[in-house]
Amino acid sequence: MTKARARWLLLGPAGLWYAALLVLPLAVVLVYSLGERAPAGGYAPALTLAQYANLGSRWTAFQNTLVLAPVGTLAALLIAYPLAYFLAVKSNPRWRTALLVLVIVPFWTSILIRSYAWIFLLGGRGIPALLADLGLGDIRLINTPFAVLVGIVYGYLPLMVFPIYVSLERLDKRLLEASSDLGAPPWRSFLQVTLPLSLPGVATGSMLVFILLMGEYLIPQMLGGGKVFFVGNALVDLFLQSRNWAFGSAMAVTLVAVMLVTVTLYMRFLSRIGAARDDVGLM
Amino acid sequence: MAYAEQGEVIAEFVDTTKRFGKVLAADRLNLRIGKGEFLSFLGPSGCGKTTALRMLAGFEAPTEGRILIDGQDIGAEPAHRRPVNMVFQHYALFPHMTVAENVGYGLRQRRPKLAKDDIAARVARALDTVRLGDFGPRRIWEMSGGQQQRVALARAIVNEPKILLLDEPMAALDAKLRAEMQMELLSLQRKLGITFILVTHDQQEALSMSDRICIMGKSRIAQIGTPRELYDRPANRYVADFVGRANILPGTVTRNIGEHALVRLASNHDVVVEAPRPVNPGDKVDIAIRPEGLRLGASAEPGLPDITATVARMTFLGEHVEYLLRHPDLGELQVMVPRQAERALPGVDVGTQLHILWDQGNGLILGQD
Ligand SMILES: Nc1ncnc2c1ncn2[C@@H]1O[C@H](COP(=O)(O)OP(=O)(O)O)[C@@H](O)[C@H]1O
Ligand SMILES: [Mg+2]
Repeated sequence: MTKARARWLLLGPAGLWYAALLVLPLAVVLVYSLGERAPAGGYAPALTLAQYANLGSRWTAFQNTLVLAPVGTLAALLIAYPLAYFLAVKSNPRWRTALLVLVIVPFWTSILIRSYAWIFLLGGRGIPALLADLGLGDIRLINTPFAVLVGIVYGYLPLMVFPIYVSLERLDKRLLEASSDLGAPPWRSFLQVTLPLSLPGVATGSMLVFILLMGEYLIPQMLGGGKVFFVGNALVDLFLQSRNWAFGSAMAVTLVAVMLVTVTLYMRFLSRIGAARDDVGLM
Repeated sequence: MAYAEQGEVIAEFVDTTKRFGKVLAADRLNLRIGKGEFLSFLGPSGCGKTTALRMLAGFEAPTEGRILIDGQDIGAEPAHRRPVNMVFQHYALFPHMTVAENVGYGLRQRRPKLAKDDIAARVARALDTVRLGDFGPRRIWEMSGGQQQRVALARAIVNEPKILLLDEPMAALDAKLRAEMQMELLSLQRKLGITFILVTHDQQEALSMSDRICIMGKSRIAQIGTPRELYDRPANRYVADFVGRANILPGTVTRNIGEHALVRLASNHDVVVEAPRPVNPGDKVDIAIRPEGLRLGASAEPGLPDITATVARMTFLGEHVEYLLRHPDLGELQVMVPRQAERALPGVDVGTQLHILWDQGNGLILGQD
């Protein structure tokens, strides 16, 4: 078989898949975004930027997404890293697999059902009631940005834990002995060896969680109660309720653009850290 | 050459024992290591060499007993505060750092901090020492196995440790490179004057490099001595077998002659051998004699026992020819014959009967294992 043939055979299925399910729909959305709302709802052909000019009216959705997605990613990272570190380094190898399974157990039930559980937990008769009993006053949790944050961190934590776990698990433990042999106390070994070598896992996990959060709509819907909504919620509203397909498409295109920009910036930032690892080493 | 018995002691194992659960990895090690000495731990795989080294480095704590460095019990000191450095078996170089950053790692951990130029200068000097002067900016994965080994060496010696620990550093190198590195390592040790402790399972390596060798067998020290002492006076069967080759024969002491003894072999021949330990007539003993300690002759010689045996195999080794002979009572015997001496044995082939000539005083009585 020729090399070129082999290449086509290898890339063919994925290529077709992408063309059919990514490029084509994107092209449709792009075309729709330049159109107008038909009088009875749906799409009417046109060539106008009017929908884009109107994006400001949905600014809150963008604002919520652009604040809560990064904050949620960061919060998930801060919780996931120590957990992954414990699992990969400190836990008894005999229990490790069982503990890893525990991390993904939540995935065995639908996020919908789990979100209902959180509605109860954060609702008036859940944690706030407990806090009130403890004399901590009247605290409202449900339908706040905090509730949404709790929901997304909870929902996406495993996606952050696993890539970090893998990178830490692969880390050659002899490198830490070498570091200690050369005079580094444990915390400096962590900063100079463990952390830099686990950055690929951090990058993968953050990227996964961040991209999925940018498109999230279920959790804000359930725990934000219509008060804290993401771009995803606005899209559902525009396509299914007000049937303004053109405006919805403009919003979708903008979301993709924003995502491209932020992800690129993040990648740049990571490669800068990579290049600056020498400096990390010099601490 | 510095020996612990004469010079200053830099490190000492005192009844040091290490257990991993039920596995006894080090059994009451007692050993003094001299300042500036090149000491090897020699033994087969799994005999506890690495464990001994790791206890000195601080990666394992002794279950019982103590370890002293410079007279101080360092049992409680964590690895990062011990004045020793290690060259790891698979080098353990940091993959995310350049060669120079790897070498400078130890210096960057010093508190108070060293000046950057100072670090750079010392790193450059260490790289020069291992002949990698121009390789500082390279990435680790761009280096060959032999080069990585030099980086590991530079990364350790740049810290000027009191003791350098080397765990089978040459095991991953091919034969030619290994021989080269052995010589380099030795001259480096002489130059720096640092105490080197080498772990190896290669007896040739240990014999050619060490001031003293500590032979390990089954988690214990079998014998400590200079290469010559170990070769000429193995304390027991284990050492005699492990260092070089030896014919080991059972016998009964018939008479004491000062430092020697007359021993009767299973074939009823009487031989005079060294007796490093006191023995009494009637004692059952094992005798070790090196293949080069025996001679072969076409006829018997007066004054020597007449041991006649059949040639079973001849192996040509260049300078020497190794003969394997069979005797009905003594079993198989190896004799190393120089080419020169072989000329006196014309027409010898497999099946020929020859006389084994055992000169008085060759061979020695072994101690108990
Ligand atoms: N961390 C450990 N846990 C359990 N057993 C170990 C450990 N390290 C070494 N051992 C055991 O101790 C014995 C000596 O090992 P080691 O010191 O590595 O031998 P060597 O270096 O001479 O090959 C072996 O039986 C080995 O299996
Ligand atoms: Mg070993």
